[in-house]
Amino acid sequence: MNDTAEKKCRSIDMSNMGRETRHLDLASEIPALTVKDLRLSYGEKEALHGIDMIIPKKRVTAFIGPSGCGKSTLLRCFNRMNDLVDGCEIKGQILLDDQNIYEKSVDVAELRRRVGMVFQKPNPFPKSIYENVAYGLRIQGIKKKRQIDETVEWALKSAALWEEVKDRLHESALGMSGGQQQRLVIARTIAVKPEVLLLDEPASALDPISTLKIEELIHELKNDFTIAIVTHNMQQAARVSDYTAFMYMGDMIEFGDTDQLFTNPTKKQTEDYITGRYG
Amino acid sequence: MIMNVSFKEWVKSGSPFIWLNAGAVAISIIMVIGLIGFIAAKGLVHFWPGEIMAAEYTLPGNEPSKVLGQVSDSEMVSAIQLKAIGLKTKDDAEEAERILIKVGNRDVYGGDFRWVLDHHLSNKTYPEKAMAVERREWGNFYGYLDKVYEGHDLVADVAQDDEKAWQHFQSLVSRALDIHESIMDIQKGEIGSINYELERLRLKERAYELEDELTDARKQDFVERRAELNKEYEVHQVTLSKLYTDLKRDHFTAKEMGGQVVEIHISEVVRAFRPNSMSIAEKIAHYFSKMGEFLGDDPREANTEGGVFPAIFGTVLMVILMAIMVTPLGVVAAVYLREYAKQGFVTNVIRVAVNNLAGVPSIVYGVFGLGFFVYFLGGTIDELFFPEALPAPTFGTSGLMWASITLALLTLPVVIVATEEGLARIPRMIREGSLALGATKWETLTKVILPMASPAMMTGVILAVARAAGEVAPLMLVGVVKLAPSLPLDTNYPFLHLDQKFMHLGFHIYDVGFQSPNVEAARPLVYATAFLLVLVIALLNLSAIAIRNHLREKYKALEM
Repeated sequence: MNDTAEKKCRSIDMSNMGRETRHLDLASEIPALTVKDLRLSYGEKEALHGIDMIIPKKRVTAFIGPSGCGKSTLLRCFNRMNDLVDGCEIKGQILLDDQNIYEKSVDVAELRRRVGMVFQKPNPFPKSIYENVAYGLRIQGIKKKRQIDETVEWALKSAALWEEVKDRLHESALGMSGGQQQRLVIARTIAVKPEVLLLDEPASALDPISTLKIEELIHELKNDFTIAIVTHNMQQAARVSDYTAFMYMGDMIEFGDTDQLFTNPTKKQTEDYITGRYG
Repeated sequence: MIMNVSFKEWVKSGSPFIWLNAGAVAISIIMVIGLIGFIAAKGLVHFWPGEIMAAEYTLPGNEPSKVLGQVSDSEMVSAIQLKAIGLKTKDDAEEAERILIKVGNRDVYGGDFRWVLDHHLSNKTYPEKAMAVERREWGNFYGYLDKVYEGHDLVADVAQDDEKAWQHFQSLVSRALDIHESIMDIQKGEIGSINYELERLRLKERAYELEDELTDARKQDFVERRAELNKEYEVHQVTLSKLYTDLKRDHFTAKEMGGQVVEIHISEVVRAFRPNSMSIAEKIAHYFSKMGEFLGDDPREANTEGGVFPAIFGTVLMVILMAIMVTPLGVVAAVYLREYAKQGFVTNVIRVAVNNLAGVPSIVYGVFGLGFFVYFLGGTIDELFFPEALPAPTFGTSGLMWASITLALLTLPVVIVATEEGLARIPRMIREGSLALGATKWETLTKVILPMASPAMMTGVILAVARAAGEVAPLMLVGVVKLAPSLPLDTNYPFLHLDQKFMHLGFHIYDVGFQSPNVEAARPLVYATAFLLVLVIALLNLSAIAIRNHLREKYKALEM
């Protein structure tokens, strides 16, 4: 098989993705998060070498790149999840509402409420479905049962899970399927009404049908939330995102409109990656 | 197909290893069942009403003597041993059977038991009318009922109507038992409370005296209250003395095997029965009533008769107090070590130290408990809070609280290690999930992590209970006694008396087995008590396991 043929069969055909044609312009977007020269190192080893970008408001931004390129690490910087890692040092700024989230005065719990996160594997608590969704609300000190009931219902409906679970809200969340659990975790996260939703490979542990449902859900959610998603599935990135960032070895190689990045990448490395030369 | 496998291939196939494993498991099971079966068999037969045998015992060159009693054991002795005391075996066999007969009547013969050589016994009979009487003092009486007296009046005579005399005798016995019980109730209940109250008054007065606040008005008040209590006491005393007169009213006469007539007060009788004429149903009823007595009554006769209820109570209460103390402490320590402390050299040293604590011999904990808790802490507490009772110690002597704390210290490593392992097993994803929702570390711990780790904590508690319930050595130093006059939990304020000494099944076994004046009588009790101790520990463990399984079901671990 020659190079051209391989390139053709592996490259992504944007025409049959079922997407509407969009006119996006990164320069005119309102930033939800602004990243300025972000450097992160584990001990001696630097994992992120000065990232500059914005996460546009009410858009879906996808991060792609080969394993170990730092895309998950970057995502975890947005809600300071890396604080939990021993020996992790961060320089630079991430602005949320013009406030650097790495400043000492920032309440990390409050930050994480505003910037929610969904992880690779579904991680529901060993509580009932209802209690899982209500968890974040109870943490905030909301005690009124009616308010909690309404929010739980809204969150489960938004996560397209309500119809499936409305009759067994008080059963253990651990009895659900993997796809349902992941949607439950999304419901749990949006129940606290975060401004930004970080999704760290949310569908990688799921079967194709569940993956499809998660993708549909992302489409719905982008009307209300700013979404940043890490994925190693390029088709998925192409399907769900408005903007895509390609990362390689701790550097942001290219960041721009998804359609353009996939059909007409400006950098050689990007082209090589999306056509399957490496990664 | 012909199985022609070389040894090498057989080893390679792994079957020898499977056999080895299965064998080890089988041996363990056989040993456990054998152990429990042995002590159960030895202990449980104790309650069965054995038949009373009457026989003549003639040693060569001696006058024949009569024996009457229950056969309680038998063993083989060698001819050489017999020769040494000038006796021979039957037909010069190598061994002869020797049987142990419980002949009772310690007041008449001096001892309860007698070894006799089986082949010198003749005319063995099991007389229907032979009677065993369990007494409050002097052990069992074996003999034949003769005459029954109510006061000084002869009311029944076996020579005239045996059935009627026996019935009458039994009705008098149960009447005396009822009276005895009401006497005990008044003594332990009402009079006990009055004495307790008087003691508290004395201490209060002494406390005022020490602080120079004992005004005349207060003095007067004390005198009045004391007079009031004494008046109450007098009333009870009158009732008591009337009951005592009632109790002592009746007596009976009985013939022992030699024909000697013995007069016994009915008030001394705990139980009288004729095992040889009992039906199986009656024997079973007797068996369970004896067992009930064993489980529910206080010990009598230097712990060789009666029950072990105070020891069961003490064991369970001490273990529960221990668990209440060790669980929070161990959990908090484990949470700090695992969740908050910076992992590194220091935490590893602490971990090793905690693990090594589990290997310190328990008697060392006993010595530490006595020196530090009892003398130092207890002494200080007495000086600060109970100066009015000095020089009599309150907490400055061994007691329930110090025993529980010493055992809590002894079992602390187990709880810490188990809880730490439980915390370590909880997936990081769960913690991150909670933190990502805006929960603080504390909220994550209390709302998600600790509930999920609770089965592991219960595992720690189970292991701690199993170890603590069986410990005896340290307890001998810090709180256990041979005979406690009252239970550490009663109706007198403050209800739970942590300063009191208590009885314990493990120590009871040691005491009955090694410190008892009546070895033969004590032996079956040692087995019965040992079996009971195993049962109590098993029950404590099973209840803890039930709680753990419930928690496990609730917080089923995730498949991650």
